Amino acid sequence: MTTTEVREQDKKLPARQEASREPERAVVPSVDVLEDDTGITLLADLPGVAREQLELRVEGDTLQIEAGLSTVMPADLQPVYAEVRVPRYRRAFTLSRELDAARIEANLKDGVLRLRIPKQAHAQPRRIEVKAS
Amino acid sequence: MYASMLSVPGGVFSDFERLRREFDDLFGGWPGPASIRSVAPGSFPAVNVGHTPTSIEIFAFAPGLDPAAVEVNVDRGVLTISGERAAVAPEGERATVYTRERFAGSFRRAISLPEDADPTRIEASYRDGVLRVSIARRESTQPRRITVQ
Repeated sequence: MTTTEVREQDKKLPARQEASREPERAVVPSVDVLEDDTGITLLADLPGVAREQLELRVEGDTLQIEAGLSTVMPADLQPVYAEVRVPRYRRAFTLSRELDAARIEANLKDGVLRLRIPKQAHAQPRRIEVKAS
Repeated sequence: MYASMLSVPGGVFSDFERLRREFDDLFGGWPGPASIRSVAPGSFPAVNVGHTPTSIEIFAFAPGLDPAAVEVNVDRGVLTISGERAAVAPEGERATVYTRERFAGSFRRAISLPEDADPTRIEASYRDGVLRVSIARRESTQPRRITVQ
């Protein structure tokens, strides 16, 4: 019985290690989402993020924004008071089907990310034939 | 945290935020007394303060501002950062706003400087949406080596 318990623990151990490898803590950035006839505009506040630190990923219908801001503070800085404690931003959105994820345009200026997600070109109108039985 | 782009229940998240704040109030989020000019958590812009051996560094996380329109003032040892950020207007008539979490309007934050700050030597720069104010420390208070005669 003891051996089984040990084995079970052994099995659990890698699982725990995997859990600790889960994505590190990150700040959820504030966003504005606006929609018009041709697409969606998303604005996200990412202060301190340079262009090379920003990563945008589309996986399936998920759009993920991830960015680091490690270079803002000088290395010899002794922190006294901090409201921004985690040097990372992360937020994900589910895109709906009519949006064209392949044509997303991104623009980062003064710490504000502007994403333009256009809508798919209208699907060809088609007539559905009714078959006589 | 996955939020659908078209139906973000903003109310739910703000409720969690309110709950978190209430817990902070009950069990004390910050040890010791708070500064007399402290603001509610989550106020715009977020501020980090630190020091190096020669300067005091203040970082204000204020994205999307025109650097020329940001006011940085020092008066009797209190540094104030103020300005305004315009709301993004939807383009076109049939535009819809789903989520509006980003700060819009005028803001003001005050930070009292330590005694060794030299108000005559202050530099401010704005990069990637972060305003950095660097205040030199008086040389008389900087660490120095005393030679034994």
